[in-house]
Amino acid sequence: MNIHEYQGKEILRKYGVNVPNGHVAYTVDEAVEAAKKLSTDVTVVKAQIHAGGRGKAGGVKVAKNLEEVRTYAGEILGKTLVTHQTGPEGKEVKRLLIEEGCDIKKEYYVGLVLDRATSRVVMMASEEGGTEIEEVAAETPEKIFKEVIDPVVGLSGYQARRLAFNINIPDELLNKAVKFMTGLYNAFVEKDCSIAEINPLVTTGDGEVLALDAKLNFDDNALFRQKDVVEFRDLAEEDEKEIEASKYDLSYVALDGNIGCMVNGAGLAMSTMDIIKHSGGEPANFLDVGGGATAEKVTEAFKIILSDPNVKGIFVNIFGGIMKCDVIAEGVVEATKQVGLEMPLVVRLEGTNVDLGKNILNESGLNITSADSMADGAEKIVSMVK
Amino acid sequence: MSVYVNKDTKVIVQGITGGTARFHTKQMLEYGTKIVGGVTPKKGGTEVEGVPVFNTVKEAVDKTGATASVIYVPAPFAADAILEAVDAELDLAICITEHIPVMDMVKVKRYMEGKKTRLVGPNCPGVITPDECKIGIMPGYIHKKGHIGVVSRSGTLTYEAVHQLSEAGYGQTTAVGIGGDPVNGTDFIDVLSAFNEDPETEAVIMIGEIGGTAEEEAAEWVKANMKKPVVGFIGGATAPPGKRMGHAGAIISGGKGTADEKIRVMNECGIKVAETPAVMGETMISVLKENNLDVKCKTH
Repeated sequence: MNIHEYQGKEILRKYGVNVPNGHVAYTVDEAVEAAKKLSTDVTVVKAQIHAGGRGKAGGVKVAKNLEEVRTYAGEILGKTLVTHQTGPEGKEVKRLLIEEGCDIKKEYYVGLVLDRATSRVVMMASEEGGTEIEEVAAETPEKIFKEVIDPVVGLSGYQARRLAFNINIPDELLNKAVKFMTGLYNAFVEKDCSIAEINPLVTTGDGEVLALDAKLNFDDNALFRQKDVVEFRDLAEEDEKEIEASKYDLSYVALDGNIGCMVNGAGLAMSTMDIIKHSGGEPANFLDVGGGATAEKVTEAFKIILSDPNVKGIFVNIFGGIMKCDVIAEGVVEATKQVGLEMPLVVRLEGTNVDLGKNILNESGLNITSADSMADGAEKIVSMVK
Repeated sequence: MSVYVNKDTKVIVQGITGGTARFHTKQMLEYGTKIVGGVTPKKGGTEVEGVPVFNTVKEAVDKTGATASVIYVPAPFAADAILEAVDAELDLAICITEHIPVMDMVKVKRYMEGKKTRLVGPNCPGVITPDECKIGIMPGYIHKKGHIGVVSRSGTLTYEAVHQLSEAGYGQTTAVGIGGDPVNGTDFIDVLSAFNEDPETEAVIMIGEIGGTAEEEAAEWVKANMKKPVVGFIGGATAPPGKRMGHAGAIISGGKGTADEKIRVMNECGIKVAETPAVMGETMISVLKENNLDVKCKTH
């Protein structure tokens, strides 16, 4: 799950990570009020969307007085920002962060991520702040320093110091940098983050170490114990069909094609997309109904697929293990009863309770094309939607 | 022979009183697996499918002599269940549970360092040695006894591969699902090296997916150490970057973990990669023929 920058900073503040003062604003008037409260010489007006690259897209402006705050807030609110992370359709700005400006001396990068090779959290730091860290990693990997963190003891003081020395934080700011990194690690672990990126971390003219930006992503599997994080969820930033799917614990990702897919298991669901493409078609979605799905969930999954106006045909590919074929069949029949079905439907069933499942489909009287294998199913659905 | 489990393996089921666990306990018993006990706190003294239930893993192990455990405990409590299995010094703990928070697994993995127990999973279908022992959730009937080792990050893709092999007459020694999470117990290299040492296994199919670099590392290991032919498949060639494809571990991020890169490295290391999931079996058979192993491996 993603949250906005201002929400990320709110969390970090609680962990002793130094962030600039700021307030969220939903309207131009609120933006001006927020700037008045800050009463700093320079105020930054920042678009809040769930995507990076906002500055380049014109979503971040520095205002020298309240009139400028009003002007910029008016320009940015309601504007659709197109960045390298939004896709070509862009994202409309509905919230602003009004933040105090600061006297930046130097920009750095600090990030935390799970390292799959060591099964541990790794803190990365670089002197090359402000730019895409992937670019730094590709061009000058020697400028990225890493510390692998033992979960028993957490980020040790020596590790934070070593990072700070490696990225040339001035000695007089060392303790502040260590406090910053320690707080960031604690927030990462306690809030079940999947990514925490501070880019840039800045040192200022008045001797502060500050998080100028904050990108926090969270482990969806841990949200059950992070109620306060869940409250930060902004549904306007998410795909409607993905929201609907998440209500039923379905794993759904919207894609651009016209063949709706309903599959059990992530690996098979991905491979079903692959084979549709291989057969000359385009998948409209990734959908894993999971292992513990009930007929009701399957019904909802089917409705979500049908709610996509691009979908011209559906391929159900099930290899039952923990998932039972009869449950899938019941769900498919129920869904078509509820919402009707006016497009080709190809079903391939195999695995646990396969005969029960096939019987249910046969006796339903629905116009279903059955397939003997996933290749057969993919070819059939591709030829039927053409 | 086989790897990890055989007809003598005594198994306990953690979380046995839950609906999914009950169903699969019955299925495992019907397959012939020696399920000797179950564990659910506060349900000690009861029975599920004729199997005695205990309050703790330690007690279950002491009373039954079990050496393996299969875990169906819900995600919020699953990490604790793994720790309990490790503490009871089981040889093998197979965790079926999906959606375990990754921070929990980071701690579990650290705790397991230097401990006796091998963890398979989490978020996996389990381990099966056909006609001997089925531990997990896979449909038993698709498996046939034979000489092909199967290792996979994805449950349903494992079934797909096994089904294709069995239909064509090529049985399996053991099929191991290592799970789709970014932090797991047993990895590709562990299983490949077990198959390498297993005299019954003549060839191995390794099924990966996008995300991480486990397949690349395994491919390098194969090039350096493997005495037997290895065939591969990678799911997710058409997945868009930055989107998590169901499995927590299946995501292309920062330009890393793409199917193209994995397939390139696997090919370089002498692993023939099936072009689509529909030809995993065919690809294996063609490699067996190239190595004059097809007659030996055709088991039925």
